[in-house]
Amino acid sequence: MKLTLKIWRQPNAASTGAMHTYELDGVSPDMSFLEMLDVLNEDLNAKGEEPIAFDSDCREGICGMCGLMINGQAHGPEVTTTCQLHMRSFEDGDEIVIEPWRADAFPVLKDLCVDRGAFDRIIQQGGYISVNTGSAPEAHSIQVPKDAADRAFDVATCIGCGACVAACPNGSASLFMGAKITHLGELPQGQAERDSRVVNMVGQHDHEGFGGCTNIGECTAACPKEIPLDVISQLNRDLRTALRHGH
Amino acid sequence: MTSVATPTLVKGARAARSTIALKLLMAVSGLVFIGYLLLHMYGNLKVFAGHDAFNEYAHHLRTFGEPMLPYTGLLWIIRLVLIVALVAHVASFVALAARASKARTQKYAVKKNIASTLSSRTMRWGGVALFIFVVWHLIHFTIGKVNPAGGPTNDPYNLMVDSFSLWWMTVIYLLALVALGLHLHHGTWSALQTLGLTGNARARARAKRLGVVIAVLIAGGFALVPLSVLFGLVD
Amino acid sequence: MTDSHSEFSSDVDSHADAPTIDPDLIDDAVDYFIPGEPLVDTKAPSGPIADRWSTRKFEAKLVNPANRRKLSIIIVGTGLAGASAAATLGEAGYNVKSFCYQDSPRRAHSIAAQGGINAAKNYKEDGDSVHRLFYDTVKGGDYRSRESNVYRLAEVSTNIIDQCVAQGVPFAREYGGLLDNRSFGGVQVSRTFYARGQTGQQLLIGAYQALERQVAAGTVTTYARHEMLEVIVADDSSGQRRARGIIARDMVTGEVQTHLADVVVLASGGYGNVFYLSTNAMGCNVTAAWRAHRKGAYMANPCYTQIHPTCIPVSGSHQSKLTLMSESLRNDGRIWVPKRKEDCAKDPREIPEEDRDYYLERIYPSFGNLVPRDIASRAAKYQCDDGRGVGPEVDGVRRGVYLDFADAIARLGRDAVEAKYGNLFDMYARITGEDPYEVPMRIYPAVHYVMGGLWVDYDLQSTIPGLFVTGEANFSDHGANRLGASALMQGLADGYFVLPHTIRDYLADGPFEKIDESHPAVVEARTSVEERINHFLTVNGTRSVDSYHRELGNIMWEYCGMERTEDGLKKAIDLIRTLKDDFYRNVKVLGTADSLNQSLEKAGRVADFLELGELMCIDALNRRESCGGHFRAESQTEDGEALRHDDAFAYVAAWEWGGEGEKPILHKEDLVYTAIEMKQRSYK
Repeated sequence: MKLTLKIWRQPNAASTGAMHTYELDGVSPDMSFLEMLDVLNEDLNAKGEEPIAFDSDCREGICGMCGLMINGQAHGPEVTTTCQLHMRSFEDGDEIVIEPWRADAFPVLKDLCVDRGAFDRIIQQGGYISVNTGSAPEAHSIQVPKDAADRAFDVATCIGCGACVAACPNGSASLFMGAKITHLGELPQGQAERDSRVVNMVGQHDHEGFGGCTNIGECTAACPKEIPLDVISQLNRDLRTALRHGH
Repeated sequence: MTSVATPTLVKGARAARSTIALKLLMAVSGLVFIGYLLLHMYGNLKVFAGHDAFNEYAHHLRTFGEPMLPYTGLLWIIRLVLIVALVAHVASFVALAARASKARTQKYAVKKNIASTLSSRTMRWGGVALFIFVVWHLIHFTIGKVNPAGGPTNDPYNLMVDSFSLWWMTVIYLLALVALGLHLHHGTWSALQTLGLTGNARARARAKRLGVVIAVLIAGGFALVPLSVLFGLVD
Repeated sequence: MTDSHSEFSSDVDSHADAPTIDPDLIDDAVDYFIPGEPLVDTKAPSGPIADRWSTRKFEAKLVNPANRRKLSIIIVGTGLAGASAAATLGEAGYNVKSFCYQDSPRRAHSIAAQGGINAAKNYKEDGDSVHRLFYDTVKGGDYRSRESNVYRLAEVSTNIIDQCVAQGVPFAREYGGLLDNRSFGGVQVSRTFYARGQTGQQLLIGAYQALERQVAAGTVTTYARHEMLEVIVADDSSGQRRARGIIARDMVTGEVQTHLADVVVLASGGYGNVFYLSTNAMGCNVTAAWRAHRKGAYMANPCYTQIHPTCIPVSGSHQSKLTLMSESLRNDGRIWVPKRKEDCAKDPREIPEEDRDYYLERIYPSFGNLVPRDIASRAAKYQCDDGRGVGPEVDGVRRGVYLDFADAIARLGRDAVEAKYGNLFDMYARITGEDPYEVPMRIYPAVHYVMGGLWVDYDLQSTIPGLFVTGEANFSDHGANRLGASALMQGLADGYFVLPHTIRDYLADGPFEKIDESHPAVVEARTSVEERINHFLTVNGTRSVDSYHRELGNIMWEYCGMERTEDGLKKAIDLIRTLKDDFYRNVKVLGTADSLNQSLEKAGRVADFLELGELMCIDALNRRESCGGHFRAESQTEDGEALRHDDAFAYVAAWEWGGEGEKPILHKEDLVYTAIEMKQRSYK
């Protein structure tokens, strides 16, 4: 396969970037999207041009480190992570536009790498259950209805990749937050801090400069783990409850 | 390069000052409008009961609750509620839209919409269009009482029939109703989602269906009147 | 090195009365290393094995809560072992700095573990116990682990489950609301707790959240996108050597930073990426451990590598990593290759039954496709080496064998197969573009985990005082092979329940004498890091870093992979030395030092892999026996079974860095079993 790649290049956070065009020949349909970029980088290196910086780590769709905007879609045309997207999803002669996640809360560090530290800070504001090591009761003293456990698991599969923010026209992180609120809120262990958790997490979300949700659903369509919009409803409901409780 | 996220942690966050509180305001005020529109539509449909019934209804609205309430008392209460709802709806819109536009100052070179509906993407400009329409509508029927056909303005029934006898007036109203239908289609579902009433797949599907029903019911109900006038079913 | 010898050395010559050992067994590597003093773990209490951990916890000194804030701890790595330790020590009130090279602590590669976590809860009342988990782990490790450590691991395993459940980890549950268990990795009890196929993710997110909670509380500071490039080992005024900090590079700005502390913990994971292709994440590396090794920490059993038989094969030279599929596939799939080489390129559906070789069923009729991992892996290698591999030709060889579900689909129906393996089939289809319901899957073994790592005593302290090592980065608990669902257990045991107790014994003597950035040890460490970075950027050669890494990986896989021989290992050592030489003279790293530079990051890692690779080969060459994940072709039974030599090799091989260009020094820690009897395995 032969491809034309239009890729965002930006030397560092402080400078302005631009799209650059590269031609790449000899792409195998069995390559993953990131392996295709590896090959491009080897080419660039050989030509004396600095390779393109992009993030990836596990390359099996679970760590959440990779994430590119590919032809206007977060993680590209399949419902999966960028690392699990393969070149057989493209045609010979295609032009592919590759951009970093765009959100002011995710500043570009270089080329296609962005800083998603805002997600960590949202978690710091209550995305946990407070239990010091050693102070936990015997595991079987907490019974969790299977339905609740299953739902908690379904939404706990969020990998924190940021595709929801990247796809959202408002740059909102509501799906990310909603997944954590729902995961912990479904479990009996998570009840004690339920009100403060939602208020503090949303407070940090707003402070980071993410937009508000307008319930249009681009996030869930881009989510590689298919987290449903339900979690945003749950987030809103928990916030409303906290409001009623005077938080 | 755009601004860099500040790496500080917020202390003492308050639920009432969050974006979600703004959304709740937007949702509740929107629901007030839906309630009002249903009443308004019911009144409009009185047209089909004839000239006298319609005018009597219009008059009754003003004397409703007398003598506990003064003349037009109820109307003013409704107007007050509507004004408060409008201020809330617009203020939350302005605040949220401003946030959203600041959330992504560097736009994508290419961006595709995968899941969003036309109605959801037209909420903001559609909302602005509706606002302008409402201003015109109030001048037309309430504050200014303008009869574009040049006839008298003191008879509500005749004012309406005269107005909608003009094809271009009907077109303006029908366009506004399309905008209203779109706004209600997404707005209804969105309000229920914001209120946290759609926490599972079934409830979500139900809320989306309700959005369609409300949009068709209200926009369709309102459209009946000008269309009927235009086609001479009412005169 | 080193004044610390004496601390770990035995006064007794334990070999005095040893029976004579066949000299041919122990002379393979004599030209490659220098024999050192024997090594003894002085921290494990004596007495009944079940009491040792309680005794140690009691004997370990306490730190006054008021003093904890004044004591600083650096933890490198935020996987299960690192994040759990950082959270726990933060909760205790210490001043913790946590480092990771990823953009967030949540991304560490523990996240990719699929199967589950073992714990001796005995919820199924099926005869499990702490002792049985201990027994299974020692046996699974082929009697090459330290029994006190393994017993402690089994003992604290139950606390881990309690802790994780309280944190909200969504383990699988039964309809009654209680936790579900399954049997895993061929053991006969159900002791594995799991969260569908994403147990590692859920446990790591639990530890990550506990860590972030401490960040908010102000006890832990996180440094994401920071890579540790050197450990600072400094003498105080009384001449006591201690690990006192690290040199780290901010991977975004390129700034070389000095971080000082009272103690340093390495939880930096395993080094499977020395093989270039492995199931590890792209960034997994040995640099933190290797830099510590060069400063005096011994590296133990580096040759013990776990190879997993059911991975998706390599599709071309562009391949950047390998993906593991659950071993459970072997329960219903049948493994075969064509009998004739000419058939290898054919559509497998067109190869008639009589032309297929179901080689595992043929060679091991009683276990068939369910033989242990290492046997299944080697058998696949033999078929492919014989020219009967299938799938695309990569570098002239087809490396893959069929795993065929046609029989299972005919027997159970497609729906039943889909219910059991649907998500694995989907994953396979996504990666290969082939439909495993129609065309047989192709599988090939891949490097998955390393049991070797930095040598630690019972307290998880390395041979550098004040440098502790946890999780996959240390060598301690798995011996020569690791049981399924035990990696997660060990990481969390170390981080939540072991290290926080043992580190206090060390910290009770602190805070240690203040050192600052002008201390000679700091200046030396910092300068060496800067010089190294500068070197890579100025070589301006012709080959990319990746090309060296790939070549090293090929050498390691060929000669130090599933099967190792004396000749092959000697050849590999020569090849690696030549490659290393060329690397330093001819590597091409573009970009600058003061920006995000991924080639530069990789260059440092590959440089360390080159040195590690050589040591792995030397260790493998020295150990002329087959045990666990280490198979020496010279040491097998007539049936091709691994053959251990307990008389010659029942020891931990702890290697001391001998200096640049010098031979490493081998210290042996004898393995003594008091609570368990050594046995030879058999699968025929």
